Amino acid sequence: MDFSWLSDPFYQEYLVEGLINTLWLLLVSAVAGLILAVAMAMARIKGPRPLAWLATGVTAVIRGTPLLVQLFFFYYGVGRLLEGIPGIQDSIFWGLLRDPFFYATLTFTLSVGAYSGEILRGALLNVPPGEREAGRAYGFHPWQVFVHLWLPRAVQLCLPTLTGEMILLLKSIPLVSTIAMMDLLQAANIIRDETFLTYEPLLLIAAIYLLLTLILTLVLQQLERHFPGVQPQRRRFRWWAQARHG
Amino acid sequence: MSIASQEGLVDWAGPILEGALTTLEIALLAYAIGVLLGLVGAACRLSRQAWLRGIGAGYSTGVRAVPELLLIILLYYAGSQALTAAAHALGLSGQVAINGFVTAVGVLAFVQGAYMTEVFRGAISAIPRGQLEAADAFGFSPWARFRRVTLPAMLPNALPGMSNLWLILIKDTALISVIGYSELFFTVQQAAASTRAHFLFYAAAGALYLAMTLTSNWLFAVVERRARRGLPQLQEH
Repeated sequence: MDFSWLSDPFYQEYLVEGLINTLWLLLVSAVAGLILAVAMAMARIKGPRPLAWLATGVTAVIRGTPLLVQLFFFYYGVGRLLEGIPGIQDSIFWGLLRDPFFYATLTFTLSVGAYSGEILRGALLNVPPGEREAGRAYGFHPWQVFVHLWLPRAVQLCLPTLTGEMILLLKSIPLVSTIAMMDLLQAANIIRDETFLTYEPLLLIAAIYLLLTLILTLVLQQLERHFPGVQPQRRRFRWWAQARHG
Repeated sequence: MSIASQEGLVDWAGPILEGALTTLEIALLAYAIGVLLGLVGAACRLSRQAWLRGIGAGYSTGVRAVPELLLIILLYYAGSQALTAAAHALGLSGQVAINGFVTAVGVLAFVQGAYMTEVFRGAISAIPRGQLEAADAFGFSPWARFRRVTLPAMLPNALPGMSNLWLILIKDTALISVIGYSELFFTVQQAAASTRAHFLFYAAAGALYLAMTLTSNWLFAVVERRARRGLPQLQEH
């Protein structure tokens, strides 16, 4: 085992950049994905027929195909199509549309929206209708009922599952190394190419991921503890219970 | 341009379907081995011996805390090196070609087994204790107890998790393309690169995977209905 490359400032820079990109991608897709999840869940419950069908269809396709295929579809498929649109390369959006980070965020946001939207839909339907009716009886506007009653009660019901989804999201981020984005795995791949070491950089990344998973679990556990009315988890590593990726 | 890409799809249909078949073979074999590993893992985790419990917990925790892609790359290199060493030890000197198929199956099965361990552990823990004690009281051998009581009693509990894992495994086979073994997604990548019809081929790949997962969903629903016969209906929400 040779870890002497760790002292090289160039490699350190790769690793730091990879770590920052990984965390940034996690944060952006988690926030955007959860907002999309609420929209998709509500579209399926209360939306007009065509919108509900669209949300159901998107959910089925996203959940039924590998994340890697989706990533290639958006980055190479959609990306190349956009490239062909005349004039687009001069527009202000071109910087964004050329960036793998954009396509990675798009793919992960859709993925979180589909998987978490399905979870949220179940939770929203499980909130007793009497509680919403009580809100209406007190003179709440339907929007107020949704924001102050329905959604918080649904989140209360499914928060542990949702936080589990966030850990699965963290674990799927290395996929972006396949579209030449500098994440932790890509940093390791570059170091492996330059130092001719097979295992050491990968083992380091595995250790960093173990640590990141542990930290994220603890952070999300605190969140669960502070959210009123959520049953505290008895098992420490909850993401065991389920899995999803690829 | 659109005519050219249509031709591309027809030309590549054969190799792509062949790739789909390879993907299914890899998935089926890895699943079978994963189920066995999961049973062994669950037996370890539920064992009375502390060291066995430690091994079981280390296996399922370690594998599940690390991203699958990273594990697949790591295990691929470790696995091929171990196989080469084994071949040399057996006296097969010189260049030993490592079979990509065997490595792909082995790597996916190893990962699958860790998740399966948790599914089986939960399902076995959910069996009412009295049923297992009754088997002991009737003088069942451990094997008979497993085959006649544990297995049929835990199956309805385990099937939802097992079907979930099968869907994950089908989608995970796409990761094998990263290590360069020619399965469905690797073939599609080659097709997309050579015809430059990226959009078309990646959409086609998505459709093929979707067909596989939707068919599996339906098959598992049938199996689950059979395994649950005589049990109370599950509450659908």
